[in-house]
Amino acid sequence: MKRNLGPAYVAPQALWLTIFFAAPLLIIVAYSFLRKGLYGGVETSFSIQAWADIANPTLLKVTLKTLWVSLAATIIIILLALPCGYSIARSKNQALRLFLVIVPFWTNFLVRIYAWISILGNEGFVNQALRFLGLKAEGFQFLYNQGAVVFVLVYMYLPYAILPLFSTIDKFDFTLLEAARDLGSTRMQSYTKVMLPNIKGGVITAVLFTFIPIFGAYAVPLLIGGKDSYMLGNVIADQLTKTRNWPLASAISMSMTLLTAIAVFLFAFKKPKEQQAVKDIDPLSLPNGKTIGFFHRGPGQGKKKPSGKGVA
Amino acid sequence: MKGSDVTVSNVSKSFGGFTALKDVSLEIKKGEFYSLLGPSGCGKTTLLRAIAGFEDPDSGTILIDGSDVSGLSPDKRHCNTVFQSYALFPHLTVFENVAFPLRIKKTPTRLIKELVMKHLSLVQLEGHAEKKPSQLSGGQKQRVAIARALINEPSVLLLDEPLSALDAKLRQHMLMELDSIHDKVGITFIYVTHDQQEALSVSDRIAVMNAGLVLQVGSPQQIYENPATEFVARFIGETNIFRGKVLSRKGTLNVIEVESFGQLLVDDETPVEVGDTIVVTIRPEKIRISNDEPSGDELNAVRGVVEEPVYSGFQTKYIVRVEGGGRLTTFRQHANWSEGIPDIEWKDEVFLSFSARDLVIVEKSPG
Ligand SMILES: Nc1ncnc2c1ncn2[C@@H]1O[C@H](COP(=O)(O)OP(=O)(O)OP(=O)(O)O)[C@@H](O)[C@H]1O
Ligand SMILES: [Mg+2]
Repeated sequence: MKRNLGPAYVAPQALWLTIFFAAPLLIIVAYSFLRKGLYGGVETSFSIQAWADIANPTLLKVTLKTLWVSLAATIIIILLALPCGYSIARSKNQALRLFLVIVPFWTNFLVRIYAWISILGNEGFVNQALRFLGLKAEGFQFLYNQGAVVFVLVYMYLPYAILPLFSTIDKFDFTLLEAARDLGSTRMQSYTKVMLPNIKGGVITAVLFTFIPIFGAYAVPLLIGGKDSYMLGNVIADQLTKTRNWPLASAISMSMTLLTAIAVFLFAFKKPKEQQAVKDIDPLSLPNGKTIGFFHRGPGQGKKKPSGKGVA
Repeated sequence: MKGSDVTVSNVSKSFGGFTALKDVSLEIKKGEFYSLLGPSGCGKTTLLRAIAGFEDPDSGTILIDGSDVSGLSPDKRHCNTVFQSYALFPHLTVFENVAFPLRIKKTPTRLIKELVMKHLSLVQLEGHAEKKPSQLSGGQKQRVAIARALINEPSVLLLDEPLSALDAKLRQHMLMELDSIHDKVGITFIYVTHDQQEALSVSDRIAVMNAGLVLQVGSPQQIYENPATEFVARFIGETNIFRGKVLSRKGTLNVIEVESFGQLLVDDETPVEVGDTIVVTIRPEKIRISNDEPSGDELNAVRGVVEEPVYSGFQTKYIVRVEGGGRLTTFRQHANWSEGIPDIEWKDEVFLSFSARDLVIVEKSPG
């Protein structure tokens, strides 16, 4: 009989997280309680000034807008990713389609943002094409507004939702859909009443994987948005580099982290009513039961499929 | 009589280049327990799915109660399916699984409770209403699937190898239970199986299929005693097959010459000509095995040596090498075991005898 060394296996990861996650977080917490240095940085004396500064109406407005933009983008992403993940899971050449979803990752994040600028910008490809066709000489202002920010955010984070959704839907037993149809439900009802509850874990993962990074977005609103598209990430960056109020930047960062943590907790860890349901749907673990590697298939499913290493 | 009649006429279906159903025609009567029996891959599931509405036939029509159902989606057909894999909804309790069709129809809650409990008691699962499917045994899951399929009061119940995932003992039990449910609800059952014992023991009629074709339709007795083809004879139960040339024919009595057996008498109404090559079959239990030489007019008798006795409690199966070199299988029941009938053992010299009337012609080809 083998001894279960369960706790020991997580030691390397625990060490890693302590050094690269917990420690920086603690430093930020500490900075938020220090006095602001004259030209940035901090002075080593205790102060709650930063936390007092947080409660100002401008910041509240940006926070609400950030929430609103993140929510809108996340909802659009999930609505797009569900049919997309479904069609990949049911297609015969899953590998090719997954590959196509992943291809954009080969290009740097910023480069892809600039690509959108060169497509949609005032002198961009679309406007030039319109001018060439003689349709609209003065061109459209596509960018530098809230809509453009949401659009590019959706583009950027869509794959993060498609992958976990695909992974769960792929394991979904499609005969359940036939059973639902057989028992009198319409096609739509079979998706909403049977498939959706059974892929809940994947939906939760997809929401977390998109909402959290979007909530902290910085580059997209900076480059694609206008002045009114500022999100919390931009405010923090400004506090660090322009206003040079590091304690305030730290305090805002901490509040964001707390806010996100609470939201995640409420959304994903909310205990289902009956105890059994916990076993059926483990919300935060990825559908395949691992923390990374979307393409892993559970045991007993022999279909060939690219491994996590090969594609990611 | 409740239930519907189902008429399948000239239905063909192919997947890519592969033909799964070839011109299949069946007439299933109201309230019948009708089995589709055949080896794996012969198209049983495809036919069932065509009736349920999951598969569109390439040609041919399916009529339920006389009206063409082509183009009707599964939710619009008065048939429900018990899936081979059960297909219970894992996120719902047993109660909610069975209630699912009623919730879709927006049946009043009070009525739902009453109907669900009635159907759960029909399958003897009253005590398990609040469990999740994952907490049930295979047999219990099967029952939930049956209750769920029956609650809409379909006129046809389609069952796709519903017992194949259960162990032998439970399978027997569930089979009898299915039979009694069929008696109670009185609707048409179309039952897919590749297990001939299952089909023989509960069906009113059986359609034997192979490679997309229906080979024979008949009662269990007809199928077993009068197989229409060599395939049916071999597929249903154990059998002995002889291939021989007709030497003479007087009335229905033929004398045939079979290689490595010698001459056999075959009494069968199938018209054959002298010189035809025919295939005849006889069930092992119709061959008597004894130590003494038998006598009789229309009797075939051969001498042989027991090559392999296979004891199985209620009977022993003997594989006997006959003088000509061929092999025959015979069963002997142990009804009189205690009376001390002489035991027959390995390497014993024995006589096999069988009546000319028990041989059935299953195939013939001229010359
Ligand atoms: N969707 C499909 N695409 C391609 N071929 C199919 C499809 N469905 C069935 N077939 C083929 O049609 C043939 C008949 O299949 P079917 O499922 O009806 O067999 P079956 O008699 O039910 O077998 P089993 O006893 O193994 O369930 C098989 O050879 C199968 O490979
Ligand atoms: Mg089948």
